[in-house]
Amino acid sequence: MPRDEFERELRFLQQELLAVGGMVEKAVANAVDGLRRQDLDLSRQVIFDDDAIDARRQDIEEHCVNLIARQQPIATDLRMIIAIFHIVGELERMGDYAEGIAKLSLELGNDPPLKPLIDIPRMADKAIQMLHKSLDSLVTRDVETAKQVGVDDDEVDALYDQVYRELLTFMIEDPRTITRATYLLWIAHRLERIADRATNIAERVIYFVTGEHVEIQEASAPGP
Amino acid sequence: MYQQTTATQPSQAPMKPQLTVKGSEPNQDVDSDIVLDVRNLEVFYGSFRAVKDVVMPIRSNKVTAFIGPSGCGKSTVLRCFNRMNDLIPAARVGGTIMFRDENLYDAAIDPTEMRSRIGMVFQKPNPFPKSIYDNVAFGLRVNGYTADYGDAVERSLRRAALWDEVKDRLKQSALELSGGQQQRLCIARALAPEPEVLLMDEPASALDPISTLAIEDLMNELVNDVSIVIVTHNMQQAARVSDETAFFMIDPNDRAGYLVEYGMTTDIFTNPADDRTEAYITGRFS
Repeated sequence: MPRDEFERELRFLQQELLAVGGMVEKAVANAVDGLRRQDLDLSRQVIFDDDAIDARRQDIEEHCVNLIARQQPIATDLRMIIAIFHIVGELERMGDYAEGIAKLSLELGNDPPLKPLIDIPRMADKAIQMLHKSLDSLVTRDVETAKQVGVDDDEVDALYDQVYRELLTFMIEDPRTITRATYLLWIAHRLERIADRATNIAERVIYFVTGEHVEIQEASAPGP
Repeated sequence: MYQQTTATQPSQAPMKPQLTVKGSEPNQDVDSDIVLDVRNLEVFYGSFRAVKDVVMPIRSNKVTAFIGPSGCGKSTVLRCFNRMNDLIPAARVGGTIMFRDENLYDAAIDPTEMRSRIGMVFQKPNPFPKSIYDNVAFGLRVNGYTADYGDAVERSLRRAALWDEVKDRLKQSALELSGGQQQRLCIARALAPEPEVLLMDEPASALDPISTLAIEDLMNELVNDVSIVIVTHNMQQAARVSDETAFFMIDPNDRAGYLVEYGMTTDIFTNPADDRTEAYITGRFS
């Protein structure tokens, strides 16, 4: 089979991307877990681990550039490399959001929780599922799965709306909650952005598989 | 630019049981990572200096590509690596080329024996008008191989990724093979004496694109146990197959070829250090 070396390189690139995807999934899960359980050590760990995601992103980008320069990819090969180049950027930003959540969790510290957290962990679970699904669709080259991610995003947007309204009520009723409620709102906003970026990944997968740019994202969520 | 690692261990030419290896003492100054060390190489054709001031350590078990415009001396330098220029009466070589711890141009070197350790494949496939089997066995016979030819012929054809295509017709004339197959046969012939270095002068320029990619894949395989130096006009090919790239140019003042930049292929093709290299590889060279 001609171009064995190039094939190997492409497979390696995809594996590396999936590895970063796994790191980001873990970061998001840990960030929200740290918040929910007020586990400050876990939050600190998320902040610490983000450097590894950033470094891995740089490696992948460099690898993409080298492959373009050295292997002259065209057609599907070229689209795959371009897609991976963009996707790894999305992943890195998702990692930053997870880090942001961890930092806000440290700000909230051991203050008594405003309320039991239900919708925020739900948003996180959904966002992680979307990320997982988007990367699965890359592996299986499955456009339908990728499109499903856009539908899932509507659910996250709806949850975000709900969290927003609820926190607003807290703030109106008792101004002493404003700081804590604002931090939670920022956290929910980051989760909403993580879900949006999972949608971006799915759109990149569709571009890679079909060569077409499509928007699978509905109108984005309102709010700050 | 090229980082030369410091010598830490004495190197020793790997022993090849069926061939004579010059019994020189291990040299403390030789870096075991470097198979050919080119020092201040210059080549004259009569009074014309065709190549000047080439300094380059060629790494073991790597593919090193020479690129550059026509007449820049890249083939001339390659031909120095197994003394092919000896065959041109007016040619004269200055400087030294160390092959491990031997000076290739030392009077004690037997060029024929040396060429079995530094093999060469040319632009145009040049099989002998003999059977496929004999073509490979020939390389062994010349080098005094005494063991069973059959095994060595099969091994060489397998290494050249040709065995499966020819195993049922070894007695057929090599000239009946396609161009790509003929070139792989020539590679098998060069591999038969188990050289340490394989020199390839435009090995794919006479081949179709599929055969070209087959040769490139083959190089990727072979480099695990042979060091390869390839001259190519096809810059993309250099980018695809090589670990290290050397860019040569012609000095407009004296028309001599010289080495502009030598480094890792990834660096040369993404971020060359020299503006002249950048101009050449991006096609802005006039």
